[in-house]
Amino acid sequence: MADIIKLEEIKKEYGTVVKTEVLHGINLAIEESSFISIVGQSGSGKSTLMNIIGTLDKPSSGEVTISGRKTNKMNKNELAKVRNETIGFIFQFHYLLPEFTAFENVILPYRIKGLKPTKEVVERARELMDIVEISMVRNNLAPNMSGGQQQRTAIARALINNPKIILADEPTGNLDSDTSSKVFNLMRSLNKKYGTTFVIITHDRRIAEETDRIIEIKDGNIVNDITR
Amino acid sequence: MKLAFSIAMRFLSSSKVQTLLIVLGIAIGVSVQVFIGSLIQGLQKDLVDTTIGSSSQVTITSSEEDNRVADWESIISEIDSLDLPTELTALSASADLPVFIDSGNRTLSVLLRGLQFPESNAIYKIDTRLVDGKIPENYREILIGKGLKEDLEVKIGEKITIFTPDRTVETLEVVGIFDLGVASLNRNWLISTIDTAQSVGDLGDAVTSIEMQVSEVFRADENASLISEALRNPSLQVTDWKSQNEDLLSGLNGQSISSIMIQVFVIIAVSLGIASVLAVTVVQKSRQIGILKAMGLRDSTTSFVFLFQGLALGVVGAVVGIAFGLLLIIMFSTFAVGPDGEPILSISLNYGFVMLSAIIAISASTIAAMVPARRSSKLSPVEVIRNG
Repeated sequence: MADIIKLEEIKKEYGTVVKTEVLHGINLAIEESSFISIVGQSGSGKSTLMNIIGTLDKPSSGEVTISGRKTNKMNKNELAKVRNETIGFIFQFHYLLPEFTAFENVILPYRIKGLKPTKEVVERARELMDIVEISMVRNNLAPNMSGGQQQRTAIARALINNPKIILADEPTGNLDSDTSSKVFNLMRSLNKKYGTTFVIITHDRRIAEETDRIIEIKDGNIVNDITR
Repeated sequence: MKLAFSIAMRFLSSSKVQTLLIVLGIAIGVSVQVFIGSLIQGLQKDLVDTTIGSSSQVTITSSEEDNRVADWESIISEIDSLDLPTELTALSASADLPVFIDSGNRTLSVLLRGLQFPESNAIYKIDTRLVDGKIPENYREILIGKGLKEDLEVKIGEKITIFTPDRTVETLEVVGIFDLGVASLNRNWLISTIDTAQSVGDLGDAVTSIEMQVSEVFRADENASLISEALRNPSLQVTDWKSQNEDLLSGLNGQSISSIMIQVFVIIAVSLGIASVLAVTVVQKSRQIGILKAMGLRDSTTSFVFLFQGLALGVVGAVVGIAFGLLLIIMFSTFAVGPDGEPILSISLNYGFVMLSAIIAISASTIAAMVPARRSSKLSPVEVIRNG
């Protein structure tokens, strides 16, 4: 299968006076429709890597190719469009907009495109909310939902624009073990159903063990790359 | 754009107390502006009215030694045909001459004013200021002022004798008493028809001045210069009230400037308030802005979220402020009344001015929102996500 994400010689350094390099020339290719995990301890550089893959952050050097398009030379608005249409984000602290209801949060990425939600999109949002089992709280504001419900809303939101890639940063980090496995299984089934590429960043070995490929990062280098 | 607007509205409605306070701030600013502005405009209108409301605002006199304006009827019809910067509300001729009254033990110097009736009523309102008797219609009928009536102890129907500077003696009949509200005029004016004054002063067909009032008093000078050009007669002199009342004008200017100063500082205070509250909102909502940007919201759309907040706050603040301001005006004119039940100060409500205040408040709010809008557009999503 074709590579949907390709990183070449990615370096990232922070600081202007004292420079700290957190990624030392990462090379990585991720196939379409794969379900992989990136593991590593905190401070290993895995979140920085995810921000670079997600075009939220720019590498100090190296090239990022998303879905066949080089992102290095894109301007801010082009990057925003790539993020909106190609990538769905799931964060550890769900990051729903507390001013909006669950349904409105789910539909937000579509509205960011600048389009009025069509019947089909509303239908898709309903379907996704059914799949992640949050239909009963669809009109609740984000703060009036449980942690698990919020995280599942975030998953539905990440999927609304039918992205090719979902980047999940510690998606279960904030949840109890029952809810954790429920959320994980949900992502697994969505990967099978829609063929969406999932990149899950976690420090939880048990979760990583369940994915098809484990990439281990230590001190800004890939130290292990196991495909099962 | 629609998304930016709906996010803006959600942000405002999610922090109700904050929104209410800022709207109240703008509203108080606008109401002060509307109230003070209307009050000062009312004061000025009153002042102008009492000073020049009952006198000629543009006057044509003769620059010749004999003070005669001949052929005045054709001058009037020529002025009538002109397209003037501000419309004339009164146009009439008068023939004036100083005369003396012998009241037995002393001689009074008075001004005999031959007015054109009914045209001159538009200026002097003699018809409504007549306290007794009637308007002179015939030759040798005159009106005298309240003050002069007391001085001379004459009654309606009695005759008084006057003599002119060149010692012609005439006898005139008092047919009415006027009260112009100004003691000196009540003592010094005799009012007759033009014919009477012309005959007494031996003026022939001439008059001594042509008098005008205009609808926009502050543009009287424009009319004066246009009329002067149109007449092209070096023996005529056109003057306007503005050139003869410089003290009053500078007083009015001073008032206007102080009123504008108050309004400018109110606007600055309101704008600073909005800018600082919205700047705090950017910090409060940085998480939301970060996540929206991560999902692909453009920097420019983020700016619009804050501009729309400023705009919405401005619109609501202006509407509430105008309502407050009008309420203040109504209360002021209802409760601050003199012993006669009339309001102490007449407030003039100028809808154009009220609208202007609203537009200024709305634009100031939107401009004040630019600072936070810029800040929000510079916010990087990765910082928000990294710092949780």
